[in-house]
Amino acid sequence: MAAVAAGAAGSGAPEVAVTENDRAAVPGAGPAGRPAGSRLEAAARGENVAAVVHESIARETAVLEVERFCLWYGVKQALFDVSLAVPRGRVTALIGPSGCGKSTLLRSVNRLNDLLPSVRVSGDMRLSGDSIYDSAVDVIELRKRMGMVFQKSNPFPMSVYENVVYPLRIDGERDRRVLDEVCERSLRGAALWDEVKDRLHESGLGLSGGQQQRLCIARAIAAEPEVLLMDEPCSALDPLATARIEELMTELKGDYTILIVTHNMQQASRASDFTAFMYLGRLIEHGRTADLFTNPRLRETEDYISGRFG
Amino acid sequence: MSGERPAGQDAIASSEPRRRRRDRSGDARRGGTLLARGEPFVWLTGGALMICLAMILALLALVLAQGLATFRPLPVVRLETTAGPVMGEVTRRERLPAPEGAPGPTTRRRLVRMGNFELTGEHFRWVDDGAVTAESRPEWALVVERTAWGRFYGELRGLDVAGEPAVTDPATAWRRLPRLLAEVDRRRDARRRLESRDIGAVNRRLEGARLRARAAELRGGADSPVHRAALAALARAEAAGEAEYARLRARIAALDAENGRYALLLATADGVERRLPLADVVRVYPANRLGAAGRLRVYLSRWGEFLSAGPREANSEGGVFPAIFGTVMMTLLMSLAVLPLGVLAALYLREYARGGAVVSAVRIAVNNLAGVPSIVFGVFGLGFFCYILGGGLDRLFFAARLPTPTFGTGGVLWASLTLALLTLPVVIVATEEALAAVPGSMREGSYACGASKWQTIRRIVLPRAMPGIMTGMILAMARGAGEVAPLMLVGAVKLAPELPLDAVWPFVHPQRSFMHLGFHVYDLGFQSQNSEAARPMVFTTTLLLIALVGALNVGAVLLRRRLRRRFMVSQF
Repeated sequence: MAAVAAGAAGSGAPEVAVTENDRAAVPGAGPAGRPAGSRLEAAARGENVAAVVHESIARETAVLEVERFCLWYGVKQALFDVSLAVPRGRVTALIGPSGCGKSTLLRSVNRLNDLLPSVRVSGDMRLSGDSIYDSAVDVIELRKRMGMVFQKSNPFPMSVYENVVYPLRIDGERDRRVLDEVCERSLRGAALWDEVKDRLHESGLGLSGGQQQRLCIARAIAAEPEVLLMDEPCSALDPLATARIEELMTELKGDYTILIVTHNMQQASRASDFTAFMYLGRLIEHGRTADLFTNPRLRETEDYISGRFG
Repeated sequence: MSGERPAGQDAIASSEPRRRRRDRSGDARRGGTLLARGEPFVWLTGGALMICLAMILALLALVLAQGLATFRPLPVVRLETTAGPVMGEVTRRERLPAPEGAPGPTTRRRLVRMGNFELTGEHFRWVDDGAVTAESRPEWALVVERTAWGRFYGELRGLDVAGEPAVTDPATAWRRLPRLLAEVDRRRDARRRLESRDIGAVNRRLEGARLRARAAELRGGADSPVHRAALAALARAEAAGEAEYARLRARIAALDAENGRYALLLATADGVERRLPLADVVRVYPANRLGAAGRLRVYLSRWGEFLSAGPREANSEGGVFPAIFGTVMMTLLMSLAVLPLGVLAALYLREYARGGAVVSAVRIAVNNLAGVPSIVFGVFGLGFFCYILGGGLDRLFFAARLPTPTFGTGGVLWASLTLALLTLPVVIVATEEALAAVPGSMREGSYACGASKWQTIRRIVLPRAMPGIMTGMILAMARGAGEVAPLMLVGAVKLAPELPLDAVWPFVHPQRSFMHLGFHVYDLGFQSQNSEAARPMVFTTTLLLIALVGALNVGAVLLRRRLRRRFMVSQF
């Protein structure tokens, strides 16, 4: 909904929404103007770099808006004025080399970074219009509106049933019928129901790796969150399990908004609708996946996607 | 970069020391060097383990051998010595350097348990082999364990009924004895019940009336209307009590009279005839007539008494049931106190406290608490729990009973709390380790679902950490059950008249003193009047204490294993 705001606290160069047909409208912004990789070198030098955001983003309704978000681990800055809009009902992938801040950004969305003592933030994020980082925000209530799936599956030491209904139980729901219904719906949604419906009361730790990850997905969608955050959910799984989870994302995406961090370029191009490329804590380019992969605006993006670095 | 060098450097290169490549081709076949195989260190580490095991096994073997042998019925020998005849059980043998004029370099002497304390003034006597002129094993020599005065050794002459010898033949007497003993036992039990239950009830009613009178006096002042009313009630209760006493005493006297009719006729080694009332007899057997089955029966019967009955003869005979009960009850109360306290403290230190100098200081202090000598905890328990807390409780709630302290003196409650304090560091450290071992990924998963910190702790962290917490509990229980020094000051006694748990309201009496197995061992070993008789009991009681602590440990380990299986099935 919101047009992407200008970043550039440091460099002074204005943010530009580059139209689909426009290429080198701003001096020095396109591949024709600067030598390739110079944006990345600038980032490595510590300068702020303006992001290139495709206009297709602005046409979508955003459920999550990141506004000029900065994050410091102690004295080391990890995110530099990141501004991002995550469209509703779609899959947005965050790609970039290791250490570029994608996981940090993801964890900042549901304020998991608050658990680390030395973290400091500035800027804001909005979930469906409600501020996330305002001082009056109840973090617990906020987290209940989002679901998260981690890189390594982390089922709780409880039965499968208890794992899935955990978000409802901590919210105070005790009605057995409601819990049963939610459990079945979530497990079906995670494509796990047929495999575990006879062992709902066995330990969740006894499932295979792929099943555990799907269990975590079921748990994440049990409370019908507004945003589903996934931090490299398939990196610990074999190709077959990975394929199933990607299928799952496609099924879920109409009802849920998914923000996924991935190392795997092919996965990003297969499974996501929008992609954002980050480097060294800065957003470099953000647009429709099809556009970004076939026709990237920036040489840096093209270099990364084709595997020339990262 | 290959190894090619410019030609001119050859001269220089050859003068530098070069590491020659050793030819290793044969080494694998020959098995390498001794050091590489690691064998010397297998011996070293294995040897250290063997030494530890040997010491532990030696201790256990000693306790087992001595402890199991205590109740063995020995044969009774009659020794004719130069100083007169001696009859009894030979409990020990010693070899001594011989005095001047003896035939060999060493002589032997035997320690004979001759009992008959009221006649001879001693329980045991050393008899030199050189002084023995004749030795025999009388067929009808009886070992009699009595309710008072210790053991009696004598030859069976017959049975006595109402002062007249009814049976003069040992065999017939022995045949008739079991039935008579059973009847006497029944009457003795009935008498005991009358004393403890019925007379006890009358005593309690009178005590209650007296306390009410005193409380009325304290509340209203001496000679006030309430006080006078209470005094009148007391007078009435006393009158009723007197009548009840008289009735009960008459019944007891009747039972005593009936029991007093029957007696054993025994002859001591000196030929002195003694009449032993059957009411005084706890156990009697003809030691030299027993076969293997008979000996086994006596042995098992003594073990049964040991585990289920109270002590006799200043703790040197009888059972240790009150001590077992006291130990178990105190250990359970201690665990009940230390577990919540320790776990909550560790939770705060690990989960809520922000790291810093203060938290580190607290941790160091807790760890150092484990090094404080246990008797210091006893002194603290006495001063703080007994005098300050207990004294306060007495002044508030039990003023009528003063100056006799209720809570102001040692008891099972204060002893449990003192030992809980002693074992607190163990629980705190073990719990902290267990909490730290819960993977952060699980916690993050819980927070990501929208759980608060306490919900995460209660539902995820604590269950996952439970096996480790149980380990701490096991260690604490084992340490607490064996500590004796602090208990001596805060509640363990040599002989407790009542158990802390009985059928009288309020059923649990936390202010009562209790007996404790560890303290019992100390008492038997060092405070006993008949130390020779008490010594074997030291080992038996130690064996029992080891078995008890072992059983507690095994129980806790099984519980921990079940918890581990439920919570820590690892994924592949």
